[in-house]
Formats: sequence, structure tokens, C-alpha cells
Amino acid sequence: MPDGSPKPETEQRSLRVKVWRGSGGEGGYETFEVPRQPSQTILDVVTWIQQHSDPNLTYRFACRVGMCGSCAMMVNDEPRWTCRTHVDRVLKGDELRIAPLRNLPVIKDLVTDMDPFFDKWVSAEARHHPTADRHSDFAAITPDDPHRLEASSGIECINCAVCYAACDTVAGNPDYLGPAALQRAWTLFNDARDEDGDAILDAVSGTGGCHNCHSMGSCAHYCPNELNPMTAIAGLKRATARRFLTGRGKRKPS
Amino acid sequence: MIDFRLYMLQRLSALIMVPLVFGHIAVMIYAVQDGLTAAEILGRTQGSIMWFLFYGSFVVAVSVHAAIGLRTIISEWTAMPMRLVNILCWSIMAGLLLLGGRAVLAVTWLGQAPGVLS
Ligand code: SF4
Ligand code: SF4
Ligand code: FES
Repeated sequence: MPDGSPKPETEQRSLRVKVWRGSGGEGGYETFEVPRQPSQTILDVVTWIQQHSDPNLTYRFACRVGMCGSCAMMVNDEPRWTCRTHVDRVLKGDELRIAPLRNLPVIKDLVTDMDPFFDKWVSAEARHHPTADRHSDFAAITPDDPHRLEASSGIECINCAVCYAACDTVAGNPDYLGPAALQRAWTLFNDARDEDGDAILDAVSGTGGCHNCHSMGSCAHYCPNELNPMTAIAGLKRATARRFLTGRGKRKPS
Repeated sequence: MIDFRLYMLQRLSALIMVPLVFGHIAVMIYAVQDGLTAAEILGRTQGSIMWFLFYGSFVVAVSVHAAIGLRTIISEWTAMPMRLVNILCWSIMAGLLLLGGRAVLAVTWLGQAPGVLS
């Protein structure tokens, strides 16, 4: 959820920040004192620690404006995009606890290995299957086409893996493709230019597929861009069931 | 750990169960309100193909539905190896079929039902 207008700053002078340190499966929390600043974000806090307390602290970010999806961490046990999460919004007492994203292997400190997350995008066939070439006509798609609207609802994904970290089904079943990859698959399934809807439906029907989703919606609750992967997954469930019962796969654009 | 065909089978068995549940409730209300005795009820159900099919399909749908659901729950909540989960759930399905089948026969079979002790 994007942070709303900043609340008034607290009187507090400093924060007690517990930061996860370690690599692989090993590690523990280390505590830092960080001065309180106006409009301070969690990423500001982590950056302050690295610049003033411990240059060895490892973390990842790029854009600082909620575009690139690289800065997600667990903040007080909840997944957040740290560059756009104000301290005010998540502070309980004067203590913050910052850890690497859940459900992914830790490389070092706050940096996770995102490979399993992106490998699953490929496993979900969440990639374009084109058939058109440079001589083909443009695909004419009206803005109010229902498939276009379905596709549009998922395209603002920034690949931050916040939803992946929020998903208990991923935690319990390491094969589960997860909300972001499945949402991308649904987006492509609805893209009139994608020519292999059957490959997508096959890919999302395996043992780690969309049918594992419990539809409890943690992904939609935590997605910082207010996307709703749960609804996309429900769409995939409907499409696979329809193909099973009627043999009809991808609907042709209306 | 869901197999898509099992997922569909579970949904289809649920679809079959919906009208049967309502039918069953309606029958229960009717029987209780009319104060039917056990003998009167058995007099109507025994030898009836209709009741045999009604409760027979109910038992099959319940057994399939429950076994698939338990398979998912057990595989998500325990570390049991999948092979063992499958064996356990096949056994649960067989047990439900056996118990339910025995009850259906007792109620719908004319005379002494095979394998049912009175
Ligand atoms: S709704 Fe589905 S994908 Fe989203 S968090 Fe829950 S189980 Fe995961
Ligand atoms: S769906 Fe939302 S939470 Fe998940 S990766 Fe995309 S932007 Fe991040
Ligand atoms: S740094 Fe790019 S989204 Fe946070």
C-alpha cells in the first residue's frame, strides 16, 4: 500500500533498529541507534546505518521511488517496499526490526537471492509467446476490451516479491509458483498477442500451480502497488477448469 | 501439493453433493415432522432403487471429496512423505466407502443386506 501523507513527526530523537546480519541460514539481529529524521523511510534508516555505523551492512536498492522493486525487506515481520515506507507508518514504540524478505534464500544481511522467484516466472510460462513478425499487422486492441482490462490490472507489477514473501502457501510448499508469477501468467493469457494460452494453462496446472492458492489474499493485502494477484489466480483457476470441462482454452479477443 | 485432476474431481464431487445435501435435509425434516417410525421409513426405502442411487451417489461423492481434501490438508500441515499421504488418503476413501456403503445397503436393500449384520 503506498504511504499516505506523512504523519507529524514524533518527538523522538533516535530509533533502536534491529537488523538481521548473516549469510546463508546463519545469523542474528544486531542493534543500532539511528537518529530520527523528518519523513524518514526504512531505506533511509538502513542507508544511515551503512554510511555511519557499519559499512559492511549489505542491502539492495536502486530507484528509491518505488519503481524498480529491489528494496523489499521484512519490517517488523511484514514485507514492505522500504524506499516508500515511512518510519512513522510502521513504528511501534521506538523499535524497528528489519530482516531480509521471507521465503527466499539469504545471500547476506538484507539481500536475498531472487533467483527462485524469477525462475518461477519462467516455470509459469509467464513470458510472451509471439507468432507475429515485422510484416504482421498491428494487433488492434480497444481499451475497453475485457481481456485488455484483465491484462491491465496486473501490468504495474514491479517484481518486488513482497507478495511472494507474504504468501503462506509459498512458505509451506516450495514448489508453489507464487502470486507474482501466476499474475504475470494471467496477464499474458489475456494478451491478444500471446499465442500459446494452452502452454500457460499447462504450466499453471502442475503440482506447484495456481490450484494451491488458498485465496486468503495476503498477496493483495501487502502488494505495494495495490495489485490483486489473488484475483488473477482465480482467473487462472476458472480458465483451467473451463478448458477441462469444455476443451476451450484461450478465448479469442472479442 | 495439488494435482489438477484431483482439484477438478473435488469440485465436481462438491457439485454433486449440493443437491443431495438439500435433498437429505428435506427428507429428514419430512420424516421427523410426520413422526415416521424406523419401520415406516425402512418400509419406504428398502427395495427402492431411487433411494439406493440417492444415498449411494452421496456416499461416493463424500468419500472422494473428503479424501482429496484431507490429502491437501495433510500434505500442507505435516512433513509426511507424499507416498504415505497418498496411501493414507486412499485408505480413508476406502473406509468411508465401506462404512457409507454398508449403511446404504442396510437402509435400501430388501431383506437381509449382504454383509450387514442385523
Ligand atoms: S491468495 Fe493465494 S497467492 Fe495470494 S497470498 Fe494467499 S495463497 Fe498466496
Ligand atoms: S504483485 Fe505487487 S507485491 Fe507482487 S511482485 Fe508485483 S508489485 Fe510486488
Ligand atoms: S528502491 Fe526501487 S522500489 Fe524501492
